[in-house]
Amino acid sequence: MIEIKDISKNFGKLWALKNVNLSCNKGECIALIGPNGCGKTTLIKSILGMVVPTSGKIFFNGEDIANNFLYRNNIGYMPQIGRYPENMTIGHIVKMIKQIRNSDKALDEDLLNEFDLPSLYEKRMRTLSGGTTQKVSATLAFLFNPDVLILDEPTAGLDPLASEILKEKIIKEKEKGKLILITSHLLSELDDLVTEIIFIQEGNVEFHKTKGMLMEHTGEHKIAKAIANVLKGGAGEQNN
Amino acid sequence: MNRIIKYVILDIVKNKMVIAYTILLAILCFSAFSLEDSSTKGVLTVQSIILLTVPLVSIIFATIYLYNSNEFIELLLSQPVQRRKIWVSLFIGLAMSLLAAFLLAAGVPLFLYAPLNLALVMIMIGSLITVIFVALACLCAMLTRDKAKGIGLAILIWLFFALLFDGLLLFFLVQFSDYPIEKPLIFMASLSPIDLSRILMQLHMDVSAMMGYTGAIFKNFFGNVTGFVIALLLLILWIVVPFWISLRKFIRKDL
Repeated sequence: MIEIKDISKNFGKLWALKNVNLSCNKGECIALIGPNGCGKTTLIKSILGMVVPTSGKIFFNGEDIANNFLYRNNIGYMPQIGRYPENMTIGHIVKMIKQIRNSDKALDEDLLNEFDLPSLYEKRMRTLSGGTTQKVSATLAFLFNPDVLILDEPTAGLDPLASEILKEKIIKEKEKGKLILITSHLLSELDDLVTEIIFIQEGNVEFHKTKGMLMEHTGEHKIAKAIANVLKGGAGEQNN
Repeated sequence: MNRIIKYVILDIVKNKMVIAYTILLAILCFSAFSLEDSSTKGVLTVQSIILLTVPLVSIIFATIYLYNSNEFIELLLSQPVQRRKIWVSLFIGLAMSLLAAFLLAAGVPLFLYAPLNLALVMIMIGSLITVIFVALACLCAMLTRDKAKGIGLAILIWLFFALLFDGLLLFFLVQFSDYPIEKPLIFMASLSPIDLSRILMQLHMDVSAMMGYTGAIFKNFFGNVTGFVIALLLLILWIVVPFWISLRKFIRKDL
């Protein structure tokens, strides 16, 4: 579904991505893992067209995304830090996005109702707490029933109740056969979500494995421990 | 596209700056005509308002607004919206709301007090100046990511065209007064939208005689229809070129 071919991106002297090649398919739930500043968000933003790669190409359903924008109809994106026009209310934002998308697909208002956002519709974005802003971002990402969900640190800042709601929603969408890309530092949360793991370090993809393969390789049962194992040993091979 | 323009305009109207600008400009223009005893003097006062206040407010307000729309732009970019469309909509929304403010505040008194053809020329040039400085604001906002630097640049651009350029022109005039510099002078004047506008307005005001020898040259050049059309085209170029550069930069920008 998403093919990333040889993309590199530099910000001045800093190379955020170096010749990244990836392919992501329908029905997968992929965790992007890596230390801070390793290029996860840059990768995600490149897929969204918010960052223009220095070189390389990205294909969405076989079509090159450069100078294309319609493919974003199929993507729901939840940013790490949602930034919204400060003077608009939640209601305005939801209404505006609905009008801009102008989609005739059925709307998925599960999260909207479960987070009880309609009762906050009159609140202005600048008065919202970080957690509530995250709820708005999550709702907008899921609202249009997209085929691909890109979630950048989805549960950071959410209270346990809300993050549980979101996790259940992610699992529900995964079972519908959607492609889901998640970045997170809370590895324990990913255990029951993901099917594949991509580990990025300093702009390079260190590995792209299914969860089963990784577990087998490292002999661990939790993603967190498996990753720690990989990091410590340089590679799991030497340990086992 | 229309939907985004609508949101931009609604947002600008809600932001009371434009309303304050309309009221201020209206007070200035009405008082210019009611305080002066002849309408010619009133028109001259309105002319300097158009040449100083209008570009200042247009460029500063538009620059600040563009920097403050960063979140709005980011939000739209993750939606299926063309990049070009976002920037063009912002530009049109800004230009339309500032134009409306100008037409309301300066257009009404001009039509009421000034001779019709002069009023028309002044309104047209004032409108062009508004749009030119919104386009320059787009350029400022794209040249640097830092808001403070961007606003500083906007002020500098205004200062340069509104005050410094005239000084340079005068310096040039005095230094080279022994040479036939009329043609280069026409060329130099066209390098500044404000000077170009001033010449165009004064030619229609019957005060070009006050501009002396150079005035006569300008009258020769800009006074006929061809000159007027060339000057208008130059002013339109002042809109197209800065905006086009900013659009190119926006399409390649990382957010």
